[in-house]
Amino acid sequence: MSVLVDDDTRVVVQGITGGEGNFHAEQMIEYGTNVVAGAVPGKGGQEVHGVPVYDTVERAAREEDADASVVFVPPAFAADAVFEALDAPLDLVVAITEGIPTQDMSKVYKRLGEVDTRLIGPNCPGIITPGEAKLGILPGNIFESGDVGLVSRSGTLTYQVVDNLTSRGIGQTTAIGIGGDPIIGTDFVDALELFENDPDTKAVVMCGEIGGEDEEEAARYIAENMDTPVAGFIAGRTAPPGKRMGHAGAIVSGSGTGTAESKIQALNDAGVPVGDTPNEVADHIEDFL
Amino acid sequence: MKLHEYQAKQVFADAGIPTPASTLASSVDEAVEAAEEIGYPVAVKAQVHVGGRGKAGGIKLADDREEAEQAAEDILGMDLKGYTVETVLVEEAVDFVNELYVGVTMDRGEGEPVAMVSTKGGVDIEAVAEEDPEAIAREHVDPAFGMHPFEARKAVYDAGVPSEVASDVASILTTLFQLWDDSDASDIEINPVMITSDDEVVAADAVMNIDDDALFRQPELAEMEEEAAEDELEAKANEYGFDYVRLDGNVGIIGNGAGLVMTTLDLVDHYGGAPANFLDIGGGAKAERVTNALDMVFADENVDSVVFNIFGGITRGDEVAQGINDALGQFDEIPKPVVVRLAGTNAEEGREILNDELVTVEETLEDAVQRAVEYADAEVEQ
Repeated sequence: MSVLVDDDTRVVVQGITGGEGNFHAEQMIEYGTNVVAGAVPGKGGQEVHGVPVYDTVERAAREEDADASVVFVPPAFAADAVFEALDAPLDLVVAITEGIPTQDMSKVYKRLGEVDTRLIGPNCPGIITPGEAKLGILPGNIFESGDVGLVSRSGTLTYQVVDNLTSRGIGQTTAIGIGGDPIIGTDFVDALELFENDPDTKAVVMCGEIGGEDEEEAARYIAENMDTPVAGFIAGRTAPPGKRMGHAGAIVSGSGTGTAESKIQALNDAGVPVGDTPNEVADHIEDFL
Repeated sequence: MKLHEYQAKQVFADAGIPTPASTLASSVDEAVEAAEEIGYPVAVKAQVHVGGRGKAGGIKLADDREEAEQAAEDILGMDLKGYTVETVLVEEAVDFVNELYVGVTMDRGEGEPVAMVSTKGGVDIEAVAEEDPEAIAREHVDPAFGMHPFEARKAVYDAGVPSEVASDVASILTTLFQLWDDSDASDIEINPVMITSDDEVVAADAVMNIDDDALFRQPELAEMEEEAAEDELEAKANEYGFDYVRLDGNVGIIGNGAGLVMTTLDLVDHYGGAPANFLDIGGGAKAERVTNALDMVFADENVDSVVFNIFGGITRGDEVAQGINDALGQFDEIPKPVVVRLAGTNAEEGREILNDELVTVEETLEDAVQRAVEYADAEVEQ
């Protein structure tokens, strides 16, 4: 079992003729993902890696019975690409693009509240159900099928924690990179709820970072609603206020909100152990299983 | 990207928001000339990106020529929280009876903009938000529709703005939201809006921050960005296209991916060291990027050792290793000890390629960080 994606998921790659889209479409297909179409305006009728390309997402979805998409469209056009996927409509959209203007995402976020489609990202590595499907840029070889759900705001930090798990023989049900932007589709609470309702997920790793209050909200959700044990990690303990640490969302405001201390405290109060190192997170998960 | 007060005021004035008469000056003579022209009293205000300028001595009032000269002499060239003041804004001092706060920002939790009005203007609004949140009226705005006039009125009346000026303040807020929307601002605020004894409203300060990710479609605003104001190393990072933040420790850090780099900083601290910087080289680690990253970190004279932490996803460990060898091979002598940790795709091949004479290779993140901290400590002892 898994959440959101499996080997039945039929995927459209938006931007499949661009450099990134082309490369990662091939990687996804190699991993075994059921990529059924590409969508690029003006490129309809072409074929990329054996996959038919359509001019619009709606046509790709209709002709190939697709239910999900991965967006590799440049920042200036990415919000429009997400709107197009919502309009198709698809069930799931994974936006990999980094650097989408925040005001564009605000409009997307508003629309998400009015439709049934789920968005993951933007500025995220994507989602993977090991051995079945990956929608995004995650390196498939470090994942292994197993019992642990993983949700994270960061890409390479996710790989680090997964590596700590897999090297001990602890596999994953599904790993979700929710993205490092200030406004994202699926947040920690959404992902935790999915894992809580998945009978095969026996424990969950949650990797947060400085900025915003999503981790605090997640802590409240865990305390009130979750039976599945959760272990956490928070990056950015040493970040100074007012400086953006790479991710647009990773910034501690001058008034002290969004700090690592506040997030760690909230998680501890909810009974969630927080590792000082990624390896300690794996220790906690091992204890749970 | 932050606009200076004088730049934001120009944008506000162009949009029809009342602002005091003012002139930018970069020398004492210019400042005095401006003051004479505007007429006394004037305020002389440091143009630096620092909060709490007034308290730090960056704003002074002058009632005559002599005081204006003294104020300009004091402020020009002064160090304000690490920034040297190079220009001052000389401005007509407004005789006010009341001060308000008006602003628009993105509420990231709600994913939509929020307009804010408070009668507690002229003080640190973040402190007000913490101590007396009820004193700030908040009105969320649908980003697809923009601000309706009634929403501006609602915020103004909810805040308890005196009725004599309510309609003028609501009009300022409507304009401010339009500017926020049109200019891809992340924050825009006037603190304070001054109310004069004859019920005029004037924007006495101006804050305008633009979303860096939207600068590509805001060419006029992007041109206002000043390179001179930045830290020299941070300017260099911009040129190389790295995400870089300078800190005050002595362990240099290079990695890929914001979360992993932050984690590397945290581990340096955890093992008793002090991080010198945050440097994310991003995806792909070709020789040129590796060379540039090392160049950046070695350029920081505080750095005593370097830890290179790469988790290869799509990036391959053997390519990164080759890049590191090539980059370090260009030095006659490696300036500071470098510890490399490679994980993920082709990490083993990468470790074999790395030249032991140039770098120390560690297999785990924990070992690599501890080794770099040891090296830094040893350098300090020497």
